[in-house]
Amino acid sequence: MNELVFFINNVVISGAVSGSIYAIGAIGVTLVFSIMRFAHFAHADMMTFGALMVFMFTALFPGAGAALGIPTPLLMLPIAMVITAFLAIGIDKTFYKPLREHGVKPIVIVIASLGVTLMLQGLIRLFAGTSSRSMYIEERKEIFRIDMPFDLATRPIVITEPQITLIIFTILAVIGLHLFLNRTRMGKAMRAMSDNPDLARVSGINTNKVVVVTWILAGSLAAMAGTFLSMDVSLTPDMSFFLLLPIFAAAIVGGVGHPYGAIAGGFLVGYAETLSVFNWSILLRRVHHWFPEWMEIPRDLALVGSEYKIVVPFFILVAVLVWRPTGIFKGKVI
Amino acid sequence: MSLLNATQVEGGYGGMNILKGVDMAIDKEDIGVIVGPNGAGKSTMLKAIFGLVEVNGGDILLRDKSIKNSAPNKLVELGMGFIPQEKNIFPSMTVEENLEMGAYIKPHTTKTMLERIYSFFPPLLEKRKQPAGELSGGQRQMVAMGRALMTEPTLLLLDEPTAGLSPLYMQEIFDRIVEINKAGVGILMVEQNAKQALEIATKGFVLASGQNLYTDTGQNLLNDPEVAKSFLGG
Ligand SMILES: Nc1ncnc2c1ncn2[C@@H]1O[C@H](COP(=O)(O)OP(=O)(O)OP(=O)(O)O)[C@@H](O)[C@H]1O
Ligand SMILES: [Mg+2]
Repeated sequence: MNELVFFINNVVISGAVSGSIYAIGAIGVTLVFSIMRFAHFAHADMMTFGALMVFMFTALFPGAGAALGIPTPLLMLPIAMVITAFLAIGIDKTFYKPLREHGVKPIVIVIASLGVTLMLQGLIRLFAGTSSRSMYIEERKEIFRIDMPFDLATRPIVITEPQITLIIFTILAVIGLHLFLNRTRMGKAMRAMSDNPDLARVSGINTNKVVVVTWILAGSLAAMAGTFLSMDVSLTPDMSFFLLLPIFAAAIVGGVGHPYGAIAGGFLVGYAETLSVFNWSILLRRVHHWFPEWMEIPRDLALVGSEYKIVVPFFILVAVLVWRPTGIFKGKVI
Repeated sequence: MSLLNATQVEGGYGGMNILKGVDMAIDKEDIGVIVGPNGAGKSTMLKAIFGLVEVNGGDILLRDKSIKNSAPNKLVELGMGFIPQEKNIFPSMTVEENLEMGAYIKPHTTKTMLERIYSFFPPLLEKRKQPAGELSGGQRQMVAMGRALMTEPTLLLLDEPTAGLSPLYMQEIFDRIVEINKAGVGILMVEQNAKQALEIATKGFVLASGQNLYTDTGQNLLNDPEVAKSFLGG
């Protein structure tokens, strides 16, 4: 039974955590694409930026959360989401909007977003340096150990507080997004603009307002994903480098411009990554007697070493696109 | 006072003028029909009126106020509606959501207007939960017209509303346009089915190479041998 617990800890929970982070990140990328038709490369840096905001506010008021009985970073998250939303709107107004109004090709805006990436990274390093930091400044990360009600299972299932919160927040964000897109006037206007921007304008929809709302969603979701990732591991100023590929893979695999696709893609990439670095030898040892005597089970039996984890999303991307060129859900053809 | 009065309109795409001084005037009781060869600039003229193509000469007045180069959403608020030639629905949204988007600027009237549109286009009622992209061509055209009617416009611009429809369906759409017009909506439309369209037209405009060639009543254009020979297929 310990093997099962090991599997739950290292695959089920781990995959759900990275899947949630990728999914929330990919939703932002896909929303921006569906409304403005360009790949926003600075998205992962907006995630870092949001986490940095949480870190700074936590450092300023380290005891604030304890008074309310919740972790301080979680308390600061809403503030960071608002600031990141404003940052996103500001970046759009200064860099992307003038280009859009000039009627440039999407690739020009993509390149502009690469420029914004470099700028944001510089800014983040200026304030945060290059070393990684724990988001828990005066607090300890709560770790829950759940004992299994079986005699054979001597090890507990381990899950941390930020992991639980992340999974709950992801579920809430997905439900919220679904209701927003299908029940509200602005949400429907977003879908309309994604379907047919010219007709949206002709229908009297204020497309500039839709763009602003898109950035609010993308920015605040980015801050949320970045913060939870940093709470789960730590805040590393260059984490966007490791996030960009999985997030874009998730968005593309799911079907570009398709929010539900981004969620599916996020979890697909998250679980694929986790499964590929999972050490299968622990599970196989259990069924050792099925194999011939002479066959030894190696100690380390992962599909790829964890240092090569980054290639997995790329592999998934290619594999899915060969099978379905527009992604799992039928996305917009780029 | 004309409802719409466009004078010497010049405009086009990327600095190149497709329209070279076009005049067009429509009153509230009019059905104006624009005919002319492919590439004449008919669609461009409608887009120019609706603020989708830059106008760099002449003027466009709506009830004597200039609407030249106004944003489309402002024009919708002024009571104008536009049904483009292609891509005139939101394909992934349901029929009802398409119609709701038509009433985007008047959300409080959505409910009553939906009922009116469904009674005007009964086939849409049973399809209302279906994505508009899955409908037949004729049904899509109804969705497109319904969407534009949701704001109760006083001036409706239609670009080839009967393109690709069977003759029976085409007549149905023309009948509906006459009905809409009788209810007090000025109509300006582009049509390739020129003869049938001019039958219902109070005003006809023949456009070629971005210029007015003939402007007269629909009947007079139909009876003009020159026009018939060159533009109505004999
Ligand atoms: N988006 C565009 N960008 C650049 N040029 C365009 C664009 N749309 C149309 N044109 C050009 O403008 C001219 C007039 O086109 P327009 O669509 O107004 O013709 P039309 O009279 O509506 O023809 P049709 O009967 O085929 O619909 C054409 O020469 C066309 O190539
Ligand atoms: Mg045309």
